[in-house]
Amino acid sequence: MKYSRILLANLFRKKIRTTLTVGSFAIALLLFGVLAAVRVAFSQGANGAGVDRLVVRNKTSIIQPLPLSYRNEMLRLAGVKEVTFLNWFGGVYQDEKNFFPQVAVDAPTYRKVVTDIGVTDAEWNAFAADRQAAIVGKSIADRFHFKVGDHIPIKGVIFQGAWEFNIVGIAKGDSAAGDILPFIFHEDYLEEKRMYGKGTVGWYVVRIENPNDSPQISKAIDTGFSNSPFETKSDTEKEFAANWGKQLGNIKLIIMVVGTVVFVTLLLVTGNTMATAIRERVRELAVLKALGYSDRFVLWLVLSEGLTIAVVGGLLGLMLAVLVIPAMSKALAGLLPPLVLLPGDTALGVAFALGSGVLSTLLPATSAMRLRVVDALRRV
Amino acid sequence: MVRVDGKGENSLVKVRGLDKIYRRGSEEIHVLQSLNLDVDVGDFVAFMGPSGSGKTTLLNLLGGLDVPTRGTITVAGDEITSMSGAKLTAWRARHVGFVFQMYNLIPVMTAFQNVELPLLLTNLSKAQRRTHVETALEVVGLQDRMNHSPNQLSGGQEQRVGIARAIVADPTFLLCDEPTGDLDRKSADEVLNILHRLSKDFKKTILMVTHDPLAATRADVTLHMDKGVLMEGIREGAIA
Repeated sequence: MKYSRILLANLFRKKIRTTLTVGSFAIALLLFGVLAAVRVAFSQGANGAGVDRLVVRNKTSIIQPLPLSYRNEMLRLAGVKEVTFLNWFGGVYQDEKNFFPQVAVDAPTYRKVVTDIGVTDAEWNAFAADRQAAIVGKSIADRFHFKVGDHIPIKGVIFQGAWEFNIVGIAKGDSAAGDILPFIFHEDYLEEKRMYGKGTVGWYVVRIENPNDSPQISKAIDTGFSNSPFETKSDTEKEFAANWGKQLGNIKLIIMVVGTVVFVTLLLVTGNTMATAIRERVRELAVLKALGYSDRFVLWLVLSEGLTIAVVGGLLGLMLAVLVIPAMSKALAGLLPPLVLLPGDTALGVAFALGSGVLSTLLPATSAMRLRVVDALRRV
Repeated sequence: MVRVDGKGENSLVKVRGLDKIYRRGSEEIHVLQSLNLDVDVGDFVAFMGPSGSGKTTLLNLLGGLDVPTRGTITVAGDEITSMSGAKLTAWRARHVGFVFQMYNLIPVMTAFQNVELPLLLTNLSKAQRRTHVETALEVVGLQDRMNHSPNQLSGGQEQRVGIARAIVADPTFLLCDEPTGDLDRKSADEVLNILHRLSKDFKKTILMVTHDPLAATRADVTLHMDKGVLMEGIREGAIA
């Protein structure tokens, strides 16, 4: 404790330099926090996937349709409990920047397959009763201030025209899918108004009796429709969600590459800063040694400076991340699942800051430790 | 009494057969050659000589900052030339007070904090440290400047803070390397007065390297060094 004065005096020696170095740590850790939250968001779809559900899509691409007639054929397969179908709508609310996903669902079968969407029976009954009804995920509702009873106009992009919906339910945020549920509305309404592609669906979701049978049932579905104009590709919902994320690129790899670049840059910047700081203080460190301070003390003094900068900057960055992530999450509602900085990632961030602090300071600290007093005092 | 013949007994500082050789490539530079020295408690010794004669090297060796090629140095019964690095560091903290030509104060610390530095290595309480620091600053006449940073002090005042830092832990002896080398005459005299007073009133043993003949006259004995060899002293009767 009595040595803290020496540490603080050195830290505040060049206030601008210390502030900038702390700032670089803060920005790096802010970036780390945001990337960690994005990574979690991308894995959330897969985490929320039902183990007893398969997703069946066109083998060529998900944007290619499948015939509605496939539903009955799949229902005939052993082990299949229910089949529902969906269509990607892709409309715009008020302005093009207000994008959020809208999906047309088959009301009679959707909730039998996707059981955990976080709405009450009353809300679902209201949905079933109104052809223009829509249910919205909580994050989208929060972003656009939608509430039950609102009448929402949406401009069709894929399915041209003006579409109008009545909000009858908002999925609960604490349910398994509540926060990631898109804007869902009736397939019947789409089918009625669409100008083309009638009798087709975007993809199917198949609920099966036994999750262990998913490989066999997937194979049976895909084999059954092979050599047809609309060949299928069936995956478990988890695989489908993971593949969906991969369409945007290998998120984990991108995060790792960006993180590594930030880490290495931080090491170089801080290492250079600390090395400069030590070079400027060679005589002072030599005087400390002459007064009787040990080599080990000098090592710890320099390391402590680096660690203090790293920890203060790191915590500042993580605090900023805690503030920024909810705002980002709100702004990206509907595009990404909610962004959350998990406690484990926060701890990892602190460890990252500490590691960077130690690694970047180790070399200057070691050279300070090895400094020969007589040589250092001879320098002008 | 100061001796250079190696025949002193029970002296505070005892140097025997001290050699220091620097190697520059294949060339050997004999900085100190078979040097003997005895200094008693309370002696104030000045070392004079041309640049490169080995004065500072001798001071560094006496202060445990460097190790000799051959020979021994014993201070108050401790043979420092056989000590390990860590032990030598601890010994230095306890026994040596350094006064440097360029003062070498830490610029981001106040006079008080600079003087307190050697005491942080002791087990003294905060209150005890404060008492010691205030006393040391009083001895050098700077008790009213204790909260000033070095850049708020004149060169002479900085050097007086340097002396306060050197004496605050009550070391066995003071090693002063050109303590007036960077000062004007008036400030130099103030510094020399303090050193003289430390020697006479507080019985401090002082070994001082200087180029200034006037500074050397304030010492009890002046030893001349040339090419690594200690020559006979100047002050009559003070040297054997």
